Amino acid sequence: MKIKKNVAISDSGFIFNPDTGESFSANPIGLEMLEMLRNGREYEEIRKDILDKYKSDKDTVEKDYHDFITMLKQYNLIENDGQKDD
Amino acid sequence: MTDKKTIKIAVTALNAIDSPGPGVSVIRGLREAESFDVQIIGLSYESLEPGIYMHDIVDKTYQIPYPSSGTSTLFERLMYIHEKEKLDMIIPNFDAELFSFMKLAPKLDKLGIKTFLPTIKQYEEREKFNLPEFGEKYGFNVPESKAIHNIADLYSIGSTFDYPLVVKGKFYDAGIAYNIEQAKSYFNKISAKWGLPIIIQEFVHGTEFNVTGLGDGKGNTISAVPIRKQYITDKGKAWGGISVSDKEMLDLTDQFISSTKWRGGFELELMKNKEGKFFILEINPRIPAWVYLAIGAGQNIPEALVKLAMGMNPKPFSDYAVGKMFIRYSWDMIVDLEEFQQISTYGEL
Repeated sequence: MKIKKNVAISDSGFIFNPDTGESFSANPIGLEMLEMLRNGREYEEIRKDILDKYKSDKDTVEKDYHDFITMLKQYNLIENDGQKDD
Repeated sequence: MTDKKTIKIAVTALNAIDSPGPGVSVIRGLREAESFDVQIIGLSYESLEPGIYMHDIVDKTYQIPYPSSGTSTLFERLMYIHEKEKLDMIIPNFDAELFSFMKLAPKLDKLGIKTFLPTIKQYEEREKFNLPEFGEKYGFNVPESKAIHNIADLYSIGSTFDYPLVVKGKFYDAGIAYNIEQAKSYFNKISAKWGLPIIIQEFVHGTEFNVTGLGDGKGNTISAVPIRKQYITDKGKAWGGISVSDKEMLDLTDQFISSTKWRGGFELELMKNKEGKFFILEINPRIPAWVYLAIGAGQNIPEALVKLAMGMNPKPFSDYAVGKMFIRYSWDMIVDLEEFQQISTYGEL
């Protein structure tokens, strides 16, 4: 699961997709997850990081992670399988 | 004072209103041109076009007759203006007037007034009612369209089109109709304003994008800037937009210019469907009102257009800033009655 390379993510959590001109805002945990995804981290590593850092449980993190990924896919921010970077 | 050449250019479409003409944006580009200075002569149709009163934008304005008066009446008026102003170039910016200016272009050229317009063949090929043939000829995806002249034809098109469908005027205006009653209402409203035919177009679901650009008439792209409109008024006009970087759109624009050998400015209205396929919804044969975004993103299309017309060989633009936005605003000017009286009575200000 990779964030599209040309998607711009600012430190404030502002996300800009230059292909579509759309922009979004992520909250601080969303931003952390985006950065981990951008750095090529796998789900297990992301879950571990989140659980180490925040009071939560595996099921909640798993659910939130998948909801988040679904949203990123819906907004075309995730690299499709086999899709080349522009 | 600069040692740059001063070019005297007449520009139409000074109606910077809620459905704005491109004139004021075009002039802003011309005034920011690096390769020449300009004197701007506004050409207006009505006394309340805001550009007439924007004296830092337009140096002097003359009213010109509506296209319905015929090309000879327009030519006579242009001769009068040329006698006084010694014009170097005219940039017409309205769809409805382009045909007259294209017809007059050779006569104007003989008088030393340059234009840089599409050919009549290019203009006619891309007309809304010719779009299906255009798509087939040049290999573009276009929505199914049909021109109708009679409101009764709306009953028979049901076999070709499903609702919702788009009801479009020949030059301007469009509405999405979800049933025949709505289609009839749009037919009446739009035909009363813009005449016949009315174009019925298949509704393509997706995200709308627009590209403005400039072709040199030999198949080369001088400029192309794609945008997504972010805020659209209830008249369907962009009130905010952002430049985007979709390579497919730029390739499509290159293909449009190279296959048609497009001459002049244009706007492509595109729809990207869920499968990522682009459809050409409309080809406007002139610079759009939002062109100042392209200028702000680094491609001064009006300047390059003038250079093409004047034989100054502009270099094709190779880049533009992605993520540049425009946000339109309205501004109330205070105008003395004398100015309104002057343009209304004498047709000059």
